Amino acid sequence: MVKNTIGREIPTEFADKYGVFKGAWAKKSAYQTAAAQVHPVQPTDSKLVASIHDVIEKVGLKDGMTISFHHHFREGDYVMNLVLAEIAKMGIKNLSIAPSSIANVHEPLIDYIKSGVVTNITSSGLRDKVGAAISSGIMKNPVVIRSHGGRARAIKAGDIHIDVAFIGAPSTDEYGNINGYHGNAICGSLGYAQVDAKYADRVVAITDNLVPYPNTPISIPQTDVDYIVQVDKIGDPDGIARGATRFTKNPKELIIAEYAAKLIEYSRYFKDGFSFQTGSGGASLAVTRFLKAAMLKHKIKASFAIGGITQPMVELLEEGLVNKLLDVQDFDKRSADSIRENENHYEIDAEMYASPFAKGAVVNQVDVAVLSALEIDTQFNVNVMTGSDGVIRGASGGHCDTAAASKMTVVVAPLIRGRIPTIVDQVNTVITPGESIDVVVTEYGIAINPKRKDLIDALQNLDVPQLTIEALKAKAYAIVGTPQSIVYTDQVVALIEYRDGSLIDVVRKPGEIDE
Amino acid sequence: MRLQHQAIAGTTESSDIQIMIEPNVENEIAINLDSSVQFQFGKQIKQVIQDTLTKLGVTSANIKAIDRGALDCTVKARTLTAIYRAADVTDEIDWQVID
Amino acid sequence: MQRLRTTMMFLPGMNPAMLRDAGIYGADALMFDLEDAVSPAQKDAARFLVHEALRTLDYGSAETVVRINELETHGRQDIFAMVDAGAQVIRLPKTETPQDIIDVAQVISTAETRLGKPAGSTKMMAAIESAEGVLNAREIAKASDRLVGIALGAEDYVTNLQTKRYPDGQELAFGRAMILHAARAAGIDAIDTVYSDVENEAGFRAEVALIKELGFNGKSVINPRQIPIVKEIFAPTQVEIYQASRVIKGLEEAKAKGSGVISVDGKMVDKPIVERAQRVMQLAAASGLVKQGGNN
Repeated sequence: MVKNTIGREIPTEFADKYGVFKGAWAKKSAYQTAAAQVHPVQPTDSKLVASIHDVIEKVGLKDGMTISFHHHFREGDYVMNLVLAEIAKMGIKNLSIAPSSIANVHEPLIDYIKSGVVTNITSSGLRDKVGAAISSGIMKNPVVIRSHGGRARAIKAGDIHIDVAFIGAPSTDEYGNINGYHGNAICGSLGYAQVDAKYADRVVAITDNLVPYPNTPISIPQTDVDYIVQVDKIGDPDGIARGATRFTKNPKELIIAEYAAKLIEYSRYFKDGFSFQTGSGGASLAVTRFLKAAMLKHKIKASFAIGGITQPMVELLEEGLVNKLLDVQDFDKRSADSIRENENHYEIDAEMYASPFAKGAVVNQVDVAVLSALEIDTQFNVNVMTGSDGVIRGASGGHCDTAAASKMTVVVAPLIRGRIPTIVDQVNTVITPGESIDVVVTEYGIAINPKRKDLIDALQNLDVPQLTIEALKAKAYAIVGTPQSIVYTDQVVALIEYRDGSLIDVVRKPGEIDE
Repeated sequence: MRLQHQAIAGTTESSDIQIMIEPNVENEIAINLDSSVQFQFGKQIKQVIQDTLTKLGVTSANIKAIDRGALDCTVKARTLTAIYRAADVTDEIDWQVID
Repeated sequence: MQRLRTTMMFLPGMNPAMLRDAGIYGADALMFDLEDAVSPAQKDAARFLVHEALRTLDYGSAETVVRINELETHGRQDIFAMVDAGAQVIRLPKTETPQDIIDVAQVISTAETRLGKPAGSTKMMAAIESAEGVLNAREIAKASDRLVGIALGAEDYVTNLQTKRYPDGQELAFGRAMILHAARAAGIDAIDTVYSDVENEAGFRAEVALIKELGFNGKSVINPRQIPIVKEIFAPTQVEIYQASRVIKGLEEAKAKGSGVISVDGKMVDKPIVERAQRVMQLAAASGLVKQGGNN
């Protein structure tokens, strides 16, 4: 067992293979990028293939290979299930899958794991049922959890070598010029898929919307695409993008958002031309609304906003309060429409968004990030991966990427959820190290990381209750009681890579309830 | 206090607990708990139920509790309600004993 | 200094989640409801729940008020439970006559004695919800030393008047004026009724602005989202705060000199102005416009 610098125990076999976390900026060395295989296409060749079955044969998919998918269709994705069903039927086994994230809709994956079709997974996250299955120990090899920036880095550096990328394409021409702006399964940005397309040996576009050549705008160019397969439907529009993202009416989330916005407004980062990222969760999103009021009041405009884009951010763009949106993923229909119609709403890929080993990612330019959390401990470490019962149910997302790089990282979370405390002695799983977190905002008040003495001084007269993180924790425990710690077995079910590729934590299978 | 019949108190909504109590022919306390926070607070919830029974001198009861994240004060209040209902006591509760 | 009751938030006595979270929204007073919000079959359950909540949860500086049932039904048991739990204020519903107040005050006295609480420590509020009650408001407001405020309960009141609520509030004009005058004559607070259409922010704002003009101390709220709106409307302006702070400064200088004459810029200021200034500074502190206790 090896302890990393934040005190998490990593079994030696994994520590040796990946290295352990030594600090957010510990790794910085030049490297050679990976390169994709290219199978040249000549004028008489056709890229159109009749079926998923045929294309799997054409690309020569074999036991042990790695395939990838993107998660822009979120809960409306049909592509991964379609492809895995065909692969299983064809008797191919021992596959590694590298989807950018895994949703509830991918529940059939559990069967493919049990039947040995899928034996390795790397992803940003695993939702309820799949997460619970993984936590119960159905895989021999632990899942490797990577952040969005970390995944882009791993692909570019060759840590993940994708043999075949299957890309759900809302629209494509028969030569493989793809965008997410048109069609039935509109998803807007294809930022995660763009990376796969650049580095996979074989790239297959799966579409339900074949349009005349040339399809523009071009998010993924024909030069990256080998084959195109047409199917009935690649996704369910209702699951891909909610009609509109509404602000929460939950009074607790509103009070948290109000505190966070006051804090930002009071900070030195809130000045003309500032930049920000707010998440899509209730309180995090609601910060946008309070920020808007503050921006109007002080006549301040933001230079750009980034991240998963939602309707409220689009409205800020249209009202002239934000100059540009940089967009790696869209969460609702309005955002997907905006990226098509507004030239200041611009698509970027996952590497440009968040990779730690790029020639400078956009997150490096962000002033203020507002992120959420499942758990935060008194060292400010954040968990967005496992529930309080120790079971996998979340996603790493861009959390550690944005938190590390932005100038002020604000984590918003209720102090308690039902009887579950959010601020705890020790989080079940560390996704983002405490060194990246500057302020925690709850409905009972805020706690500033003691290492940010500048913020503590600057925010002295802020009209929001200020406590230490220990006091917040004590407050939570006073309300709900002291929870019993989860007892874990020794079986490692997931490895948590930090964005730089080192292991910041592992997830173990929880043990039986001690009664 | 002596239980006369079955009684129920509380709901299965979030942050509440439903307590079903009935006389136990075995002359003992049996608590069956199903909780959304079983791992973290299962023991604690059972303890609060047991303490409340003890306080009111209930030594024989079957209890089925469905918990959805209730705080201790809610667990205690629902247990008290169920006990008094099952014992048919509606008037002149001695609040200082309960405290 | 007198307690502020700018916002009094209603909490149904049967809802554990709301009882748990009630303290975080910055309401000046929390009104735990054992009456209309609780069905007849759950009166016992709500009483136990609020009793335990008051004894164990931390509501900070908020004043804890419990709306009990009428004495003829569950009121007596409610009073014993709530006095035991340390509720600061017992609120009586549907008050019609001064005798209603005297009766409840008597039960409270008995409960205080029996439960070993200091005599007179439990305060009272009365809700007036009928024509009879409005016409008796003056006597009701003076019926007990325990009374700290009276409130209008508009839903029952307009039914009794054979009308309904209208956006402009004309139907409540007489009742509001009566209650306000009765409260002021007795030297206690006047608190306005709830506004139940939570989604209609504009309507709520208009009503709060109106009752502030009339002179009410505060508004009953049914959703935490209404609290910041009331605070905003009741918050003094920067000019008001500036002027008030100068009056307070004058008061302190006079005290330091041992003089009874307070002056600002050489002009004498009389007692009503000082009282108003004190109220402005208290409201300003509560709205976070000045630091607690500071004169800015």
